[in-house]
Amino acid sequence: MLFLLILAPLLAAVAIFFGAPARKTALGAALFNVVLAGYAASTWNCSCWNTGFQVLENPNIHLSLGLTGISTVMLILSVIVTLAAVYSGKCPDGREKLWFSSTLLIAAGAIGAFLSTDVFFFYAFHELALIPTFLMIGMLGRGNRKEAAWKITIYLALGSIVLLAGLILAMNQMEGWAFSDLKAAEKYQNEIALLLIIGFGTLVSLFPFHSWAAPAYASAPAPVAMLHAGVLKKFGLYGLLVVGMKVAPDGMAHWLPWICVLLLGNIIWVGLVTLNQKRLDLMLGNSSVMHMGYIFLAIAALAANVDNQIAEPAAVLLMFAHGISIALLFSLTSIVERKTGTLEIAQLGGLAKTAPALAFLFGLAGMASIGLPGLANFAGEVMVFFAGFYDWKDAQGQIALGWVQWTTIIALWGVVISAVYMLRAFRSSFQGPLVKSTENATDISICGKIPAYLLAATLLVVGIYPQIILQFLK
Amino acid sequence: MENLPWFLLLIPFASAAIIQLGLKRNAMASSLLSTASVFITLIIAFLLLGKDSASSLTWIEAGNFKLEIGYQLDQLATGMMIVVTGIGFLVHVFSLGYMNDDEAKARYFGCLSLFMFSMTGIVLASNFAMMFIFWELVGLSSYLLIGHWYQKDSAADAAKKAFLVNRIGDFGFMIGILMLWGITGTIVFADMDGASLGTVCSCLAGTAILLVFCGAVGKSAQLPLHVWLPDAMEGPTPVSALIHAATMVAAGVYMMARLYISVGADMIPTWSADTIAWVGGITSLAAALMATQQSDIKKILAYSTLSQLGYMVMAVGLVEPDTGMFHLYTHAWFKALLFLGSACVIFACHHEQNIWKMGGLLKKMPLTGGTFAAGYAALIAVPYVTAGFYSKEEILTAAHGSPLFWVAAFVAFLTTFYMTRLFVVAFLGKSRSENADHAKEVGPIMFVPLIVLAALAIAAGFKPVAELLNAQDPRVEGREHPPIALIVSIVSLVLGLAAGFILYKGKTSDPLSIPLFRNKFYLDEIYQKLVTIFQDAVAAIVHFFDEFIIGGLLVGGATRSAQGVGNIFRNFAQNGKLSGYAYLMGLGAVLVIYFTVFAN
Repeated sequence: MLFLLILAPLLAAVAIFFGAPARKTALGAALFNVVLAGYAASTWNCSCWNTGFQVLENPNIHLSLGLTGISTVMLILSVIVTLAAVYSGKCPDGREKLWFSSTLLIAAGAIGAFLSTDVFFFYAFHELALIPTFLMIGMLGRGNRKEAAWKITIYLALGSIVLLAGLILAMNQMEGWAFSDLKAAEKYQNEIALLLIIGFGTLVSLFPFHSWAAPAYASAPAPVAMLHAGVLKKFGLYGLLVVGMKVAPDGMAHWLPWICVLLLGNIIWVGLVTLNQKRLDLMLGNSSVMHMGYIFLAIAALAANVDNQIAEPAAVLLMFAHGISIALLFSLTSIVERKTGTLEIAQLGGLAKTAPALAFLFGLAGMASIGLPGLANFAGEVMVFFAGFYDWKDAQGQIALGWVQWTTIIALWGVVISAVYMLRAFRSSFQGPLVKSTENATDISICGKIPAYLLAATLLVVGIYPQIILQFLK
Repeated sequence: MENLPWFLLLIPFASAAIIQLGLKRNAMASSLLSTASVFITLIIAFLLLGKDSASSLTWIEAGNFKLEIGYQLDQLATGMMIVVTGIGFLVHVFSLGYMNDDEAKARYFGCLSLFMFSMTGIVLASNFAMMFIFWELVGLSSYLLIGHWYQKDSAADAAKKAFLVNRIGDFGFMIGILMLWGITGTIVFADMDGASLGTVCSCLAGTAILLVFCGAVGKSAQLPLHVWLPDAMEGPTPVSALIHAATMVAAGVYMMARLYISVGADMIPTWSADTIAWVGGITSLAAALMATQQSDIKKILAYSTLSQLGYMVMAVGLVEPDTGMFHLYTHAWFKALLFLGSACVIFACHHEQNIWKMGGLLKKMPLTGGTFAAGYAALIAVPYVTAGFYSKEEILTAAHGSPLFWVAAFVAFLTTFYMTRLFVVAFLGKSRSENADHAKEVGPIMFVPLIVLAALAIAAGFKPVAELLNAQDPRVEGREHPPIALIVSIVSLVLGLAAGFILYKGKTSDPLSIPLFRNKFYLDEIYQKLVTIFQDAVAAIVHFFDEFIIGGLLVGGATRSAQGVGNIFRNFAQNGKLSGYAYLMGLGAVLVIYFTVFAN
């Protein structure tokens, strides 16, 4: 059954390649996946979902899929964003085949990576998803697309190699490559952890390996930016949680101070970089890099204390929330560009007058991304902060601020920074008097509204009732 | 009955949701629905008077960690609910008239309902997480309402400023909540054990309290985060009355009172309590000085609000949260009255807000002028007959024995002075502009709320009324009032009135000119510079380093060398970028083979 979730977009991509009506086929596959994933989520803890077969005997590699609490959440995220991505993008004429089949391939790869219960295929599916990502940026991107595509390719490929080296070093000490075989490595934990942090970290744009992200997202066609920033990027964090913390818990604890410093690099350093952006798309790209820091903070809290009961659900909830909100923002940004012809913040203004629905949705997504209560991101962020202060005692059992607590305190300043850039951008683009680019702009069409309201409703539902996601993470 | 308090939250929420989802184009239905919803909550608030109960639902659960949404009813909460729903209802009714011609009336009433929902959440909150959630949500409603006329640059800027300054306060607030959670082991008010504050060093406990207080500094606009409140006057004036005078800005005081009651006021480390008292004292003084030189009627009232909030915070810092709450309660009625009165004046004078272009309004608008006079009398604390007198007396009593007593006394004089200036210039004498000359009394839908508020501005301080409305009242048996408090308040009143009348009677322009006060001690300009230097310049420098050092040299160097290798390969394969990637994949495969074959 789970294979269907990967096969549906894959087969649809093939069908589109051979001439099936692109948009309709893609939408059909995406809808099918939403329904199937919904059914799978409703019975996720049944062992009946586990499936697979052996591919290699030595090393012992299986193509096997299964559902855990975390992967169920990632699956739901993937199918929702896929549906929105397929629905909302405006494809340049004549490129439908490439556009829709690539989008579906990225989705298939992401879903495959999250459903795999074998380290080899977990890795391989992610690589599969990267290739169409690079292609789409390089061929259908905007602006300086060649350079952006090249940069993301080099970074992610190098990151993947470092990651692979780390995985191999770890897996050589295990019985097999299945997730169920994972245990704390006996040797080289520090080396493994370092390779995994850099490898997975590069894929998640961990500071200072983040320079690829903003230009790539700014250049990428909307569905690719939505799927990569929203879903695929979470692969690295997911990997650190389900593989990294399992094979090298002591190694992760060993590098704790470094993780803390680097994640503050994401939150404060990249936060300041975001403040200085003059274009909406670059601002959002950087803000997405910045917000990865908060999920790393949850991982740091877990590395510091593996008994921390809040950290893992906090990380997963925030991954989900960030995925939905950034996908919505990228989708709306591309609509702003289509309506006004520019994304330079200084050239926009007063758009709320001519496009009130667009302004409402953008405001809602922006508020979500800066952590307004009632929207999903806040629930995730507040849990991360509590995770940071979970059981904060020093070796003598006295209450004292340690690495993670200090990091949490500094990271909280990022909440101010993100409010500044988001409200500034909203103020300049949507409020104030109308300007030349916006005076004749039309509001968001029904076609853009449906996926946007789908994502916005998800943010609201999860924000008001986070247990809907947390129930998978007990 | 058991579930009644939940309806206090649900009804305004439903009203906001229905307006947003379905009634946006129907302004009349939106305004009536919103007004009806507050009316029902006002009735519920009366039904709940004096009740003590609690209930909660799980909002987040992870392992043994839980965050809850719940209510805790006690005298503090039920008394505050009356203030919130009472003034909320009157402001809704007033708005029916005031905002009648506004093109975005539906949005306005939707936001008011959202505010009522959020404010109720703060009042009912049973724990700090819930308090924080609704704390942010009142911030959102305030942002939306200040920016109601978002096409005006000044309104959009003021809304943004309010939100951001509050965020700075909330930065400390959140850390404070986390630290208190660490120290006391809970964030639920009812479970907080003050004794645990004593188990850690007073530096840690005091810091935690002060960080929580940061939230109040932002929301209640205390120095140094006061700058957003005067700008917030860009919003519609009824909003200023409800949110930026009577309820939301007082939430900081309410929250601190809640904290003190939960942990026990005597468990608060002295040094942190003193800091709070001085922040309040300095704010009340600085704001009163600024108020003496403003010419915008709403700005004068805004600085007056700052100054009175300073009084309340000072009382909290003097470990008398009841006194702070009592002043909150009396102030809410008379300050809402003054703001709504100014709204009528502005309405009648065709959006003129400069008091020097008014004059003689008492004759043209006797009802508005008369009720405004009642609020004026309450604010300057005319002895025995106004509510303001009783609460100010308690504050002076609380401060007795501390240098803050003389600060409070001087502020009392300044308050009388600047309010007399306002009243003499705007309401007495002759009209000094065409707009003021043509001013007419407003309709009943606007003056009826004024009359109700005027009655409360006079009567709310009398003991039976305060008891009826369940106000937190410090006037318990055996509490002694030093005679000097009464003497000081009468002397400052007489001096203030005399100075105000002598200086401003019959004047057409301000005979005093103190640029330092008029320009608010240049704090806005200084902040603007600081933001430019420490935020924008630093951000630009960091951006430069990010682009050219990290992106260009350090990490870029590694990618460039890989790019070089890729380019070599590209020359062989001639098929572009993908070949580079394939090459790297190939390298990966080599590594796989090496590790699996040779490393074993």
